[in-house]
Amino acid sequence: MNLILKNGRLFDPSTGRDQIGDVVIAEDRIRSLGRDIAVEGPGTLDCTGLIICPGFIDLHVHLREPGFEYKETIETGTLAAVAGGFTAVCAMPNTKPVNDNAGTTSLLVARSRELGNARVYPIGAISDGSKGESLAAIGDMHRAGVVGISDDGRPVMNAQILRRAMEYASMFHLPVIEHAEDLHLSAGGSMHEGAAALRLGLRGISGASEDTMVARDILLAEESGGHIHIAHLSTAGSVRLVRDAKARGVRVTAEVTPHHLTLIDEDVRDYDANFKMNPPLRTRLDREAVIAGLADGTIDAIATDHAPHAAHEKQQEFNRAPFGIIGLETALPLVLRLVDAGRLTLARMVDALSCRPAAIFGLPGGTLEPGTVADITVFDPEQRWTCDPAQSKSKSRNTPFAGWEFKGRASYTLVGGRVVYRAAP
Amino acid sequence: MPPVTSSAPLRHLLGIEALSGAQISRLLDLATQFQQQAPARTLAGRRVLLLFYESSTRTRISFEVAARRLGAETVTMTPAASSIEKGEALLDTVHTLRAMAVDAIVMRHSSSGAPVLVARNVDVPVLNAGDGMHEHPTQALLDGFTILRHKPRIEGLEIAIVGDVLHSRVARSNVLLLTRLGARIRLCGPRTLLPPALATYGPQVTLTHDLETALDGADVVMVLRIQMERMQEAFFPSEAEYVRLYSVTAERLRGARPDAIVMHPGPMIRGVEISADVADSAQSVIREQVENGVLIRMAALQELLAPNA
Repeated sequence: MNLILKNGRLFDPSTGRDQIGDVVIAEDRIRSLGRDIAVEGPGTLDCTGLIICPGFIDLHVHLREPGFEYKETIETGTLAAVAGGFTAVCAMPNTKPVNDNAGTTSLLVARSRELGNARVYPIGAISDGSKGESLAAIGDMHRAGVVGISDDGRPVMNAQILRRAMEYASMFHLPVIEHAEDLHLSAGGSMHEGAAALRLGLRGISGASEDTMVARDILLAEESGGHIHIAHLSTAGSVRLVRDAKARGVRVTAEVTPHHLTLIDEDVRDYDANFKMNPPLRTRLDREAVIAGLADGTIDAIATDHAPHAAHEKQQEFNRAPFGIIGLETALPLVLRLVDAGRLTLARMVDALSCRPAAIFGLPGGTLEPGTVADITVFDPEQRWTCDPAQSKSKSRNTPFAGWEFKGRASYTLVGGRVVYRAAP
Repeated sequence: MPPVTSSAPLRHLLGIEALSGAQISRLLDLATQFQQQAPARTLAGRRVLLLFYESSTRTRISFEVAARRLGAETVTMTPAASSIEKGEALLDTVHTLRAMAVDAIVMRHSSSGAPVLVARNVDVPVLNAGDGMHEHPTQALLDGFTILRHKPRIEGLEIAIVGDVLHSRVARSNVLLLTRLGARIRLCGPRTLLPPALATYGPQVTLTHDLETALDGADVVMVLRIQMERMQEAFFPSEAEYVRLYSVTAERLRGARPDAIVMHPGPMIRGVEISADVADSAQSVIREQVENGVLIRMAALQELLAPNA
């Protein structure tokens, strides 16, 4: 069975390709790329005016299943993913139970295959129950399909445990993903520590609470030879630390969220908990630094940290409301704003959404090379739309971008050669 | 900044930040009227809910007295023996109480912004009686009102605010109000309780860790309560050291202007942030602040519930 994507802009930073043309897909693979391919048939999608690129891979998503199905399920989360142009997502382990064992990992793998939306790559816990005390079943989870380990949301405060985790995970070539936050420095905080928090009377989460942990983790990676991946990097200090470490050859990679590339602490208004996430929205200078770090490749990937929460959880006192916002369906237009503003090239954008995530976590995809798996995102960079949370495919509505006028949206999302999402005409 | 109450008429009193200059003047003028003549029962038949999530004696009673003097009925809800203690969500509690026909909600809460959340979700006026470390607007208004009983105008005054500025909603609201009215503010306290970002309140605000500098030539000295729990959080080493560095004593007060007044929002701990002789001195207007609190709260309630009375 063939499928042809016709007359789109083939855009693949992994090979440098940028030309108008067609993609021929046979079964689950890309068969060939070309121009004016004659084969016509029912399986042809007109991509005139659209960009055809390697499928987006989100390294940081909370699918909430098992345990928090009232916030999101694997089904609704992966539907939101493909609607946002993501062909694959990495699922964080802070579910109930925590994904610290092969059984839970297998459940995620089986359930997501059965659904057949976006691919789901589970992330296993670093420590049992993500309590930071003893190592989780890293080897078993690796066999069951995890692509990295993390105690996301709960930083590993004990440096010895983290060091051992890096050493142990390196046997399986698994990255250790760190939510970098010194819990003593951030205790009680609900937004970035600075003038904005002071005015709102909210306890702060200082930039140093992130930077000290990033510095520590880099030193441990350097010593252990393991791969540390900094989740949702948000400060100028951390960009500098990662840049220096990379120059020294330390195996450190990093991701940034679309919201940290877009909003700052001054945007937190009226105690709207849809602006509450961890790490918090930082300062203008931090935002400039993460944009520059993304542009120059210091920050490898764009990851959403999609974190669904029910309305009643967010409609609470700011300090009581949970951290996190949904992000799968707003990532593309938010990052395109940087491209339109000349801050980021289109090539770096697609690289950070697809090629680099695949490369640093060793995942399939991230390229349009013939013979590779046909995970492809087709998007319209010009389509204008208004963000209406009620229209989200996610089960939750917690976004600070309600009402924003966006440009750019996924038209088709293909996973393994199948069209799993098609924008409404 | 919050667009909730940008211009007249006043819909809620959530903080000084959202008040216009005209609204501030109006509240101060109303309080002056109430001081000069006994008020009419402009709020007869109205019901004011006092929703106090955080313990408070003086503010709650002050609002209660103010509401009753205007003829309103009051209902009080505090955490003990209520659904609050059972873990009911704030908005659920508020919707339930709103259904019992209350005309205004006076609210104190330990979470900054809680009254803002409530105001967004109810159709009656909300008065912030102190929220976390955010604002305490009626306290600032009564402080401004009290200063005006002793000084011809606030513009140009040198006002020292001493103590735990970081955690103080009283300090925040006063800085906003008094700078708006043209005063210069010296914030004073240990470095741990005086973050440099306070300077972003504007050029009229200066920071010092030295009490003598803060008091030198001051027209008004506002002393803040220091909570001893702050020691456990490592903000300062000991009560004794705090007293040595920051207690406002008669001797130190000599550095201020001879006609300087001394204020304290209460509850005060004599011998800690303020010495007993200063608290009881002729310069102290602490008891007057309490009296004026009722007038300001009457003004706020009337302005919100019967603006054309």
